Amino acid sequence: MDLENVPPEGNATLGGHRKAMYARDRDGRIGAVASAGWEVEEIVTRQAVDELERLAAEALAGVRAGTASPLAYHMYRARMDDTLLAQVTGLWRWRVRRHLRPEVFRTLSPALLTRYAAALGMDVEQLTHIPPP
Amino acid sequence: MTDFQHRHASHCESGVMSAIVSHYGLPLSEPMAFGLASALSFAWLPFIKLGGLPLVAYRMPPRAIIRGLQKPLGLRMRTETFRDPARGAARLDELLDAGGVVGLQTSVFWLPYFPQDMRFHFNAHNVLAYGRDAASGEYLLSDPVFEEPMRCAPADLAKARFARGVLAPKGLLYYPEGRPGEPDWAKVIPAAIRKTVRVMLRTPVPLIGTRGIERVARAVERLPAGGDTRQALLLVGHLVRMQEEIGTGGGGFRFMYAAFLQEAAGLAQRPALAELGDRLVEIGDGWREFALAAARMIRGRDAFDPGALGALLRRQAADERAFFGALGQAV
Repeated sequence: MDLENVPPEGNATLGGHRKAMYARDRDGRIGAVASAGWEVEEIVTRQAVDELERLAAEALAGVRAGTASPLAYHMYRARMDDTLLAQVTGLWRWRVRRHLRPEVFRTLSPALLTRYAAALGMDVEQLTHIPPP
Repeated sequence: MTDFQHRHASHCESGVMSAIVSHYGLPLSEPMAFGLASALSFAWLPFIKLGGLPLVAYRMPPRAIIRGLQKPLGLRMRTETFRDPARGAARLDELLDAGGVVGLQTSVFWLPYFPQDMRFHFNAHNVLAYGRDAASGEYLLSDPVFEEPMRCAPADLAKARFARGVLAPKGLLYYPEGRPGEPDWAKVIPAAIRKTVRVMLRTPVPLIGTRGIERVARAVERLPAGGDTRQALLLVGHLVRMQEEIGTGGGGFRFMYAAFLQEAAGLAQRPALAELGDRLVEIGDGWREFALAAARMIRGRDAFDPGALGALLRRQAADERAFFGALGQAV
């Protein structure tokens, strides 16, 4: 990439930070330059974030409709999926999946709830509730 | 530690190692740290899923740079992991009190200074701790991918260091034992390049190196062009993200490696490497072309055309095969 091709448009997902890119200047020297980002990067990062937000919104609707437990919503909001949540809590994945069902989630022991809450970086009170509509 | 110099870098691990080695007396650029550790690569491991998407990497696995610099620089790196977060924190404090700078493996998700949209569960992010604010207890961090040094509260850093899941850091910290020496550049540079050439062209597994790129091309060509393309586009976007967004310096580390070759040409007295560096810049531009085409399809500006994307990837594979062949000849 030549220096004049380092994209100027910026990447909103960088939150105002600049990243170091390697580019070739007029004298042919390849070195690092600070770049505000490329629209392409913004598109693919937004795509990944949107997908996680879509899953969280779907789960939230599921909790309100009584088909999903609050754990499902908080899991996706923490940008995790059942595989990752199982790894983080040290539980079997099939158990995590069961706990995504509201009728099973309601019967969870305080110890398990605490474990989930810790993994998601919240307290039990937050874990068992969802934002009001 | 007041004399520590923060440096802005593209990639976390090469940035941290360049800062550590420079701090302890041997000025080492980020591209030189990256190239000397033979960190360039390509890997497609569809059976390892991260967030439901297959693992694709344009470089060697995490810790390859920390380990890979030991031999060429005659520098022993001590690494320590911990089961107990409290002991991990105590050990870090002890090393900082002794005046050291310490590399840490962390999870991006739990570092509060990261922009919200960048906080994914990626567990192999490297930062450097160089001190602690006596009043607030905050750690002074040099995160190479940021322009300025950062600060992090102890509780957040503990979460980031002891995150669990794939590539769990287990509190990993690392620091050099002794000081790096000036290597015989004419010897260590060709050796490092030969290793990269070997990985790119002659790994016995068809998922690594240029054959891995062909595998990805094939996987992309097989994606459905019509119907529900959400999942297919997520895969394509994931490839681009790994190539451009995860601190690669652009073009999936190819530009950074080109900078290494240019610098190596001078240090090892091999002018041919500089020309090859220029050639690699063109290959990096080819990767950016793929990224741009993919992004346009993701946004819906162009119709999704898996065949066209696959063809771009096949061209990259062919170009890299020819390039690394020539690079092997040159050393």
